[in-house]
Amino acid sequence: MAAMRRIRVIPVLGIDRGRLVKTVGFKHPKYIGDPLNAIKIFNDKEVDELAIVDIRAALNGTEPDYELIADMAGECFMPLAYGGGIRHADQAKRIFDLGVEKVIMNSAFLEQPELVTGLASNYGAQSIVVCLDVDRNMFGKWRVKGVSGSRKYEWTPEEAAVMAEEAGAGELLLHAIYKDGSLSGYDFDLIRSVSGRLNIPLVALGGARGTSDMLQAVQSGASAVAASSTFVYNRNDTRSILINYPNQKTLTEEVFRHL
Amino acid sequence: MSICIIDYGLGNLASIRNMIRKAGGKSEISSDPTVIAAAEKLILPGVGHFAAGMENILKSGLLPVLHEAVLERKTPILGICLGMQLMAGHSEEGDVAGLGWFDADIIRFRQEDMGNLKVPHMGWNEVKPAKAHALFPNVDEPERFYFVHSYHIRCNNPEDVLATAHYGYDFTCAVSRKNIAGMQFHPEKSHRFGMGMMERFIQWQP
Repeated sequence: MAAMRRIRVIPVLGIDRGRLVKTVGFKHPKYIGDPLNAIKIFNDKEVDELAIVDIRAALNGTEPDYELIADMAGECFMPLAYGGGIRHADQAKRIFDLGVEKVIMNSAFLEQPELVTGLASNYGAQSIVVCLDVDRNMFGKWRVKGVSGSRKYEWTPEEAAVMAEEAGAGELLLHAIYKDGSLSGYDFDLIRSVSGRLNIPLVALGGARGTSDMLQAVQSGASAVAASSTFVYNRNDTRSILINYPNQKTLTEEVFRHL
Repeated sequence: MSICIIDYGLGNLASIRNMIRKAGGKSEISSDPTVIAAAEKLILPGVGHFAAGMENILKSGLLPVLHEAVLERKTPILGICLGMQLMAGHSEEGDVAGLGWFDADIIRFRQEDMGNLKVPHMGWNEVKPAKAHALFPNVDEPERFYFVHSYHIRCNNPEDVLATAHYGYDFTCAVSRKNIAGMQFHPEKSHRFGMGMMERFIQWQP
């Protein structure tokens, strides 16, 4: 029997001033709880990997909260990625030194892709994630946005993804803004279109409701899947907060076995 | 028990220290030859380019210190990720010589055998022990560990193979010989499986 292929299933947690929040379409941050408590629960649930994003650091021009990052890294016995407010190499170094495996670059990549190149050559491509926030313009075309979705760019996600790969990113986190918090499934067309242009792994984010969406994302070309709402709400009911994550048996039966 | 995590400028050392603490051990991150020489156990970490790793070891002057500790005083050592790869004789990555503690080569995943799988191999994978060893006692449940790498080791002595994993094909993911052990995967980032591995390393008496 051929060995079963596993894909990474990654919870993404938004933080805002030290609090865990969940947005819808990058707006209306709702207080979910304490990030350290959430990390402890995700540890117990043996998640594959965890990503923490400070949702307003770029917008407000604030520094990463190093104290909080250190506390989170110290509790994380799985790979940890951090994004939000990283604008120069010294900040990235400080974050790596705290025990974080990967930094996520979004606004800084769009403004200064050479920063990605420099970090990738120093720390290895596997530690540099470029996140592309994708929205639809008034004609319904996909375009890339930066700075917490507040700044528009003319690049299509396919163009920006190729730029990220050429700049040296090790993987691409593809985030559909219009899917954020929607619990309506990933944008599988977007995943298909962008992954077809990439050699590095694509991680899909935005809209996942559960394992069947995750399977479909991988079948559409994603190498890994990320999700936020479905891992913080009880059975996708946004009135009821419950940190959750599918166990290995569920993932095996509903995702891995079909790959 | 003091474990020295060797700092030669590459790798996520804080994660390893955190996991050793969780596993009940004590460690110190150091590039100081006297600390390394006095340690009861060593960890050679590392993430990144093979040639950069060897260059850092040579530049830091740690090469004779490491050879003496590992080959003469037989200090138990665990290499992790690039730290394991550096223990081989040679790597395709940069085409340079390694520490030479294993008669082995570091080669890139052969893309022609990978189908549509992407390199690097990044994520969790089951690890199959290849021989009886204190670091891999028989377990009923298959153990999962976190991997991130584009190159893997190929041993010329089959008895050096400690464990294998499958990605595109079966490859050697852990090696051991006497007081030297190395792992491609990251026990420090592998939940209870990694904690179990660290506990066994702390107990290990080769």
